[in-house]
Amino acid sequence: MKKILLAHGGGGQEMNELINGLIFRIFDNEILAQGNDSAILNLSGKIAFSTDSFVVSPTKFPGGDIGKIAVCGTINDLAMVGAKPRYISCALIIEEGLGIDELKEILNSMKSTADEAGASIVCGDTKVVSKGSCDKIFINTSGIGEIIKESRVENLKSGAKILLSGDVGRHGAVILANRNELNLDLQSDCKPLNNVVEALLNASIAPLAMRDATRGGLSAVLNEWAKACGRDIKISEESIAVSDEVMGICEILGFEPYELANEGTFVLAIDPKDEIKALEILREFDSSANTIGEILDSNKGNVIIQNSYGASRFMEPPKGELLPRIC
Amino acid sequence: MDLINSFRDKDKILALSQIIKQRSKKPLNIMEICGGHTHSIMKFGLPQLVGENINFIHGPGCPVCIMPRSRIDEAIAIASIDGVIFCTLADMLRVPGSKGSLAMLRADGADIRALYSPLDTITIAKENPDKKVVFFAIGFETTTPMSAVVVKQAVELNLQNLFIHMNHVTVPAPVRAIMSDKDVKIDAFLGPSHVSVITGSKIYEELANEFKTPIAVSGFEPLDLMDSILNLVNQHENGTHKVYNEYARVVSKDGNLKAKELIDRYFQPCDFEWRGLGVIKDSGLRLRDEFSYLDAKKYFNVEVGESKESKACICGEILRGKAKPYDCKVFGKVCNPQNPIGSCMVSGEGACAAYYKYSKRG
Amino acid sequence: MCLSIPSKVISIDENNFAIVETLGVKRGVSLDLIAEPISVGDYVLIHVGFAMEKIDTKYALESLEIYKQIADDMNSGKISADEGDMGLAALKN
Repeated sequence: MKKILLAHGGGGQEMNELINGLIFRIFDNEILAQGNDSAILNLSGKIAFSTDSFVVSPTKFPGGDIGKIAVCGTINDLAMVGAKPRYISCALIIEEGLGIDELKEILNSMKSTADEAGASIVCGDTKVVSKGSCDKIFINTSGIGEIIKESRVENLKSGAKILLSGDVGRHGAVILANRNELNLDLQSDCKPLNNVVEALLNASIAPLAMRDATRGGLSAVLNEWAKACGRDIKISEESIAVSDEVMGICEILGFEPYELANEGTFVLAIDPKDEIKALEILREFDSSANTIGEILDSNKGNVIIQNSYGASRFMEPPKGELLPRIC
Repeated sequence: MDLINSFRDKDKILALSQIIKQRSKKPLNIMEICGGHTHSIMKFGLPQLVGENINFIHGPGCPVCIMPRSRIDEAIAIASIDGVIFCTLADMLRVPGSKGSLAMLRADGADIRALYSPLDTITIAKENPDKKVVFFAIGFETTTPMSAVVVKQAVELNLQNLFIHMNHVTVPAPVRAIMSDKDVKIDAFLGPSHVSVITGSKIYEELANEFKTPIAVSGFEPLDLMDSILNLVNQHENGTHKVYNEYARVVSKDGNLKAKELIDRYFQPCDFEWRGLGVIKDSGLRLRDEFSYLDAKKYFNVEVGESKESKACICGEILRGKAKPYDCKVFGKVCNPQNPIGSCMVSGEGACAAYYKYSKRG
Repeated sequence: MCLSIPSKVISIDENNFAIVETLGVKRGVSLDLIAEPISVGDYVLIHVGFAMEKIDTKYALESLEIYKQIADDMNSGKISADEGDMGLAALKN
């Protein structure tokens, strides 16, 4: 099998072949084909701009790969402020020795994910580093989107309902299972969220704020929000959908499902008058979407989770390396 | 059959909650010996379900928390040696020694691995014949048999590059030490779940009689705990001090004989210095003399100077049930899970970490 | 040292190594610490890669049934919380 060599990053013939013969061919669009030093874009109105780097190990997992995640990550960050994702950049840092076929697969999944979201990959960069300098492949993507209706953390206010677009913890659980040699029939939730966001906006529902619950999971989002608006957020544990398998991983390794990463699940703060309609739309995309709580008047900035027995505790943001609890 | 969620059933738990609240008439201090119980009690919010009279005191049953700093320093000294692969169960990585933690040492390039199963050390030793593999064995009776299996296999396979750093401890000794302290006011104990699976419930009978204190061996699920608490409430109100085995679906009177034989074959009792409790006679385990060639401490001959605990930290008092995390000046401020000063903040089951995570911060 | 999960035995190989399942998650564990024979379908308690003990599921179900009875009786007003002397401990033993 052909592999990436240091020569592929050297600026010469091999690099040219890699970029023109493989990357351009897969990402295939007019702006990229122009071959300028910068992509020249047509945009109007307010613009959202976001960037993110992806260092996922393993690079391939049930439900996706690093390519899909690299596009979803940026698409979703744009969608979360109420923007329609338009253009994406793709910077690759490749470890020498990566199979060309493996790279091809990653690029193809970037392309198909961008297509699904209605965005184009219009510029990029490729570097090859020596063995051991990175773990197979690191990808950075930046993205630009046109704002349809702005959602901002500043809009959070007491009384707002907190909705969750699906069940939590699947991406984190899939990755943890893989690293700990646990087998399960579970797929990462990795997917672009701009379509569901656009469906909400088209129905004239403007979420006060939205955030995808990536690293740090649901509890990171809620804790950031509670701090940002200086109010307490109360969550009902029963209302949060968690699959059996995610629960199983958590029981085995000693985690909370709310601390595990998601790659296609987001949290919304909604004006109470929009709650029912918003839920209806969310459920068209994922039947496990639910209202999970609300922002209170009290102003300590804590997230309080109440269990089905009526006992409550704080939902802490996850800390440190996710190490299995042994004791 | 779902043996997890069935024991978290809302209706049953609320029914028990009501019964406990009504029957609990006088103040009752319950010490849960095991860190797993601390974790469950806080996670499921049980203090809110049992009424005002019941006060939980967190015991010494978290193997990470009771580890004196000198042993962490030894681990760090061994893990720093060139050519050593240092293996441990995860939580141990973050425990601060006198100078840094294993996690920091790993960031400096030391080969330190967090394992899921102690048996992984055998595979690592086989795959790395030119390295010295050290297993940092920690834990109570629950985990001791697994370490014994590691020793058994190392002996049978005649592995020349696998060594054990022994830090295993036993439950009854510290319980006795705590109860012998006149300042400690404990009315009842929750006996550990999985320690008891190995030891059997009868190890508590002597303790219950000696200190006239009821003990309920309890499972980890909220329903298990509520049943056990109800039993302790009843015993406290009636003035009895029996051992109640709530967890009889896995805990027998005599325990797991095969596991106990394994422990006995490879290990023998020794004195152990507990953080906060001091040296307790015969409360730890070491390798039997015929297997002492596997002893990492002997093999690497590491000497660490005297290790001092932080002055502000009151982990010792907390482990003896004399203080609550809130009573500590550094709790939640300088000492938090990202920057633990004392070991009780490190493990998810340490009293301080459980309070920090699930409860108010003073 | 307490994370320990009830799991169902799915298969056992000739090295006394079993695949067990908890809530849809499967993993391999050693059965070397259990003296009594274990069969596929049994429930065992798992801790750091080992099965520690077989779970007496009959006993577990009986306990659950007793708890259910108590909850039902409480809810239907058949018993009040003050009744009885030793509570569940007496009922179960």
